[in-house]
Amino acid sequence: MPRFHSFLMLICALTLIVGASEAQSLPAVQLKNLAGETISTGDLATEGQPTLICFWATWCSPCKRELNNYAELYEDWQDETGVNIVAVSIDDQRSIRRVAPYVNSVLWDYDVLLDLNKDFARAMQVVNVPHTFLVNGEGDIVWQHNNYADGDEEEVYEELLKLVE
Amino acid sequence: MKRIAILSIIALGLSGIAWSQGGDSEAGTVTGNVQMLWQSYSEDPAIGAMVPPEKTGFNAFGNLIYNQGGFSAGLRYESYLSAVLGFPGRFKGSGVGYRFARYADPDGKVDFTVGNFYEQFGSGIVLRAYEERALGIDNALDGVRLILRPVDGIEVKALYGRQRLDFDSRLINGPGTVRAVDGTVDLNYLLAEQGGNDWKTKVTLGASFVSKFQAGGTITKDSLLLTLPENVGAWSYRLDALRGGWSAGIEYAGKINDPNADNGYIYRNGEALLLNLGYTRRGLGVSLSAKTVDNMSFRSDRDVLLFDLPINYIPAITQQHTYNLAATLYPYATVISGESSASAEIFYTIPKGTKLGGKYGTKISANFAAANDLDTTNLAGVEGLVNGYERNSWGFGPTKFVRDFNVQVSRKESKKFKWKYSYYNFQFNTLATPVTTTFKGIVYADIHVLETQIKTRKRESLRTEFQALFTEQDKGDWATVVAEYTWSPHWFASVIDQYNFGNPDESARVHYLYAAVGRIDGPHRLSIGYGKRREGIFCIGGVCRAVPASNGFEVNFSSSF
Repeated sequence: MPRFHSFLMLICALTLIVGASEAQSLPAVQLKNLAGETISTGDLATEGQPTLICFWATWCSPCKRELNNYAELYEDWQDETGVNIVAVSIDDQRSIRRVAPYVNSVLWDYDVLLDLNKDFARAMQVVNVPHTFLVNGEGDIVWQHNNYADGDEEEVYEELLKLVE
Repeated sequence: MKRIAILSIIALGLSGIAWSQGGDSEAGTVTGNVQMLWQSYSEDPAIGAMVPPEKTGFNAFGNLIYNQGGFSAGLRYESYLSAVLGFPGRFKGSGVGYRFARYADPDGKVDFTVGNFYEQFGSGIVLRAYEERALGIDNALDGVRLILRPVDGIEVKALYGRQRLDFDSRLINGPGTVRAVDGTVDLNYLLAEQGGNDWKTKVTLGASFVSKFQAGGTITKDSLLLTLPENVGAWSYRLDALRGGWSAGIEYAGKINDPNADNGYIYRNGEALLLNLGYTRRGLGVSLSAKTVDNMSFRSDRDVLLFDLPINYIPAITQQHTYNLAATLYPYATVISGESSASAEIFYTIPKGTKLGGKYGTKISANFAAANDLDTTNLAGVEGLVNGYERNSWGFGPTKFVRDFNVQVSRKESKKFKWKYSYYNFQFNTLATPVTTTFKGIVYADIHVLETQIKTRKRESLRTEFQALFTEQDKGDWATVVAEYTWSPHWFASVIDQYNFGNPDESARVHYLYAAVGRIDGPHRLSIGYGKRREGIFCIGGVCRAVPASNGFEVNFSSSF
């Protein structure tokens, strides 16, 4: 009987995949930012402008390399494409207090959100970090990448240009 | 029957919505991810690698979530055929290990979930349900949760459920029931009409109450026949404040008598106090914290240990390290029976354009963490049997558990070259955190790590790590070399060699060589590796699990859509 129900659920799920082919949009999860304000992630996309959502953690070296490299390019990217970068920390209680000191010390000008128990990461199907999503001005996820290696910023830039051309 | 009922509700809900929304412009979306890990095992007596009867291990997970407006429903299908080494070996078979249906109204005032869910109250000191899939840790609650935000600035959460304990072709929950309520008041939002949003100081208050029920019974201690409490309550109060670059937080937690396997079935109440203070401005960040946790192990089954059925979460005071030798040989884990601890950390960027800062600025950080046992006096006679000890202060006791001092300097020299140097000094009590079987006492270790990164050509770079650990104790000195070459955005190849060159036992001076290649294509990621994996401790986010030595292939695939 349980096997039958599992099977039934899979069939239903497949039906859904066929039936629902809309572009993936942002799920709404309530998170705090570093100023203590509550932000709904459903509102992260800026109308008409691209948003780059980067999942990271203070203990994740490639994540920090990614965001440190973007930081050097961010001003130019903003001028050319209007992109807003949102850095979503998945640090848990052990390291959450390190986020604000670290972010300010390395001079990131991003919006930083605290996803303390990974509610937003789960809703976005993030398996591991770094995981970066590019969201267009309509709020649809148009590109994603589950890794960071030096040079990836060039691909991000190309994708950003596609959105504003 | 209950399980089938929930599955049916979700399945019917999903299919009903699928059909009713057919062709509708408000059609829902389906998102999901998959993750697979396959390992093969070969015998290798030099490192103690054993071959299980199946010769291979296979773990797989598939998540599917349907979203439509405020409604979402999903499930996770899991396979352990058989579980890879290092995972709980009792996880067996394939089936649905997590399923839920949730409605959150668009203005956020009402949010309810039936089925499985994760949750954290405050710092987690009285309740945290979470998952670290790579470690096989999952204490998801299975029941009902209601979140209400009746007015701006007030959030109330209430839940009833049982916790995930095991998996044998289906989810298996523990025997205890968890009942919990939490309230948070954000004063600035609540008092918005009085100008709260414009106040320079942001204040959040919170309180939680969590109760577990488990059928009782009696235990005997010497000639005493003691009754076990069936209902155990824990509570906490917290206050967080932000002003300018300053932040401060305090949380106090208590728990009534809860004799359990962690505390040796004593009837002493539990208590915890957590303090945090931070200051940050552009280019500088400072963080101080102190924590005393006394007898706060809280599980929905009083007789289990280690990773099973924790209701709360008590993170370690030390930093989560990332370099191989610093992270995996002597990782500290909170002593669950009780400890006093403190830490301090500073981050600073020497401005660019200065002599020390160089062209791009130089980043520096230093961190110190210390933990000791509690300052206690053991009780004698019957009082000792029943209550164990009394605590004299919130301060440090005489036994050192850990000292961890580390400093990092990183600098970009040019567009093509950057480096980072790290130094660590550990004093690590292996009696408090038993990470090794070859030494009992305090390990004194110095670790040096130099990481370099060279951009070899457009979109290609070579990253290397040279690590050395020096100690007179335990297995002696270690060296690790890592080389990783990346072709952005799709390919990587890496080699890691760990060498226990200073082991007092010369036959144990082996190389653990492991190589991997991988491809990343958007959200899809495949890696294939081969080599020796050392017996050791594997940690994620402050939780660690012992992993046995192994030798063989490993294939990892993950994807999301």
